[in-house]
Amino acid sequence: MPVPILSTRDLTKTYGRGPDRFDALRGVSLDIERGDSVAIVGKSGSGKSTLMHLLALLDTPGGGTVHVDGTDARNLSGRRLNALRNQMFGFVFQQFFLNHATSVLDNVVLPLKIAGVGARERRARGMAVLEQLELADKARNKAGNLSGGQKQRVVIARALANNPRVLFADEPTGNLDTATGRVVEDILFDLNQNHGITLITVTHDHDLAARFNRRLYIRDGQLITTDEEHAA
Amino acid sequence: MNPLETLKTAITNSFRSKLRTTLTVLAIFVGAFTLTITNGLGTGISNYIDSQVAAVGASNAFTVTKADTGSGLGSGPQKYDPNTRVLAAGGRPGSTQVALTQADLDKIGAVPGITGVSPVTRLNTAYIQWNNQDKYQLSVSVLAGAQPQLDAGQNLDDGSQAPQIILPSSYVAALGFSDSAQAVGQEVTIGIPDATGTMRTVTATINGIEQNALLSSGGAFINKALSTALAQAQATGTPATSAPVYTTATATFAPSSGAQIAGMKNQLSAAGYSAQTLDDRIGTVKTVINGIIGVLDAFAVIALVAAGFGIVNTLLMSVQERTREIGLMKAMGMGSGSVFALFSTEAAFIGLLGSLIGSAAAIALGTVVSHALARGPLSDLAGLQILSFAPGPVALVIVLVMAIAFIAGTLPAWRAARQNPIDSLRYE
Repeated sequence: MPVPILSTRDLTKTYGRGPDRFDALRGVSLDIERGDSVAIVGKSGSGKSTLMHLLALLDTPGGGTVHVDGTDARNLSGRRLNALRNQMFGFVFQQFFLNHATSVLDNVVLPLKIAGVGARERRARGMAVLEQLELADKARNKAGNLSGGQKQRVVIARALANNPRVLFADEPTGNLDTATGRVVEDILFDLNQNHGITLITVTHDHDLAARFNRRLYIRDGQLITTDEEHAA
Repeated sequence: MNPLETLKTAITNSFRSKLRTTLTVLAIFVGAFTLTITNGLGTGISNYIDSQVAAVGASNAFTVTKADTGSGLGSGPQKYDPNTRVLAAGGRPGSTQVALTQADLDKIGAVPGITGVSPVTRLNTAYIQWNNQDKYQLSVSVLAGAQPQLDAGQNLDDGSQAPQIILPSSYVAALGFSDSAQAVGQEVTIGIPDATGTMRTVTATINGIEQNALLSSGGAFINKALSTALAQAQATGTPATSAPVYTTATATFAPSSGAQIAGMKNQLSAAGYSAQTLDDRIGTVKTVINGIIGVLDAFAVIALVAAGFGIVNTLLMSVQERTREIGLMKAMGMGSGSVFALFSTEAAFIGLLGSLIGSAAAIALGTVVSHALARGPLSDLAGLQILSFAPGPVALVIVLVMAIAFIAGTLPAWRAARQNPIDSLRYE
């Protein structure tokens, strides 16, 4: 049996202390295989975003372990951790986090700049990924002047710029109308099916979740079975 | 992120909020401007003092006299010693100066470190005259290592056989010359009375004209050939038995440290001589000027410290504003070190910008003001450039301001660097 690309055991996360204490995750164990497409489904406040942040190594868990490619994330040095975030993971944020004052291309090549890639190669790779998402003609536009759907595609392009093996998406269609949302969905599934990228998506949209290979239902910080969720 | 990329990004970022950067740069500008001006003032005045001091005498020479062993109050009259001779001195009426004899000169020369001793002969010149016009009083002194600042002509040549003289510029018009340039190369007649009171004359060539100087005695400088000629003329008719005596001697020494000079002084004083260097005589003036410049510098540093807080504030706001961006960059694998480098580079760049503009403005304005002053109110002090800018101190000011900016930037940069990516991204 191959080593899962991401695996967690008894993952917990707590915010605040004393009376304000809130347990966002209470012992989550899961395995995600290479090339899989997984939807993390749950209501607001269920802990689904917290789980994804921990999987993407953006946050430190309160307890339990995260293994990436068989390596315990706690044992990673700062340098290895940064390299992992930079090269292995791509993250599509719900709020986009684009720098509106600079060009689309500059936004997209940010991971490459952090990786220390030279200006010429940065440009070539940034244009290639914009081409892939049919945004090449917008490369010189200011990121602030784009529509919602275009911004979402720029964010995906940025996540893809450094050829990640795992793509995380937080509510990728949450801010978009149905038609545009459908286009973005198709892009994500195309990446998963034709480019072998492991896709992990947080959503509360059951129609979107239905298109994924696997669905992980989460409620009150714990994974539950499908039936229970539907019953609720 | 490689260093070049960090530098480029930091520069781009500092121009992103133009108003804020401009205000911080202005604050630093004031500090750098003030510091450069005070620095220029210090350089200008000490250059002037140095050249003026050099015009009076050499820095590596003592003026040696025999120490007065006990004319203090209440010590009573001195016992007569047939071996000492006294000369009437130029002090209060009745004061005398113990004379130096050849034996004294030998003793001074024997002190370790002293390379040469020459007696100072008093030449009582009476007048100077050119081309049979009016005669003017004249006092002369030998050029013992002094470097007078010349208006025209050249410095004296002690190796030359021809008698040469350098006149103060006040003599130019009096003697009948139209300007300094005309005076150079002319023959003048110097009158000096001999031992019997008969006036004797010696001719000399004007080698140069000295600028009006702060410390000048108003006398003329002469070279060795002329001083020998004058001394011979003065000594004509002196009884042959009378041994030569001198009031003072000049003892030269190799360039030495302050401690070595103090050591030689102590030895001379133990041997019964009092020795003074030029610095001893001019030192107080310099100390006062250095004190004033120190106070001005302190004010400039206060301005800079205030500007430093401006930088802290600017960068803190910048960090606050860009919290999410920092979180994003960290989520994409940017290390804390790179984040720190990015923000501290931005601080140093703002510092460089402010100090470059401040120093450049100070140099431009200072040069203009200094020239205007030299032509106007300060024109009597020839050669004084009240503000002068040396590359070394100016570069030092720029580096200092950049260092202050960098230090001011470390606090916000550290705050930016230690943030957890997801905490920064969640920041509202």
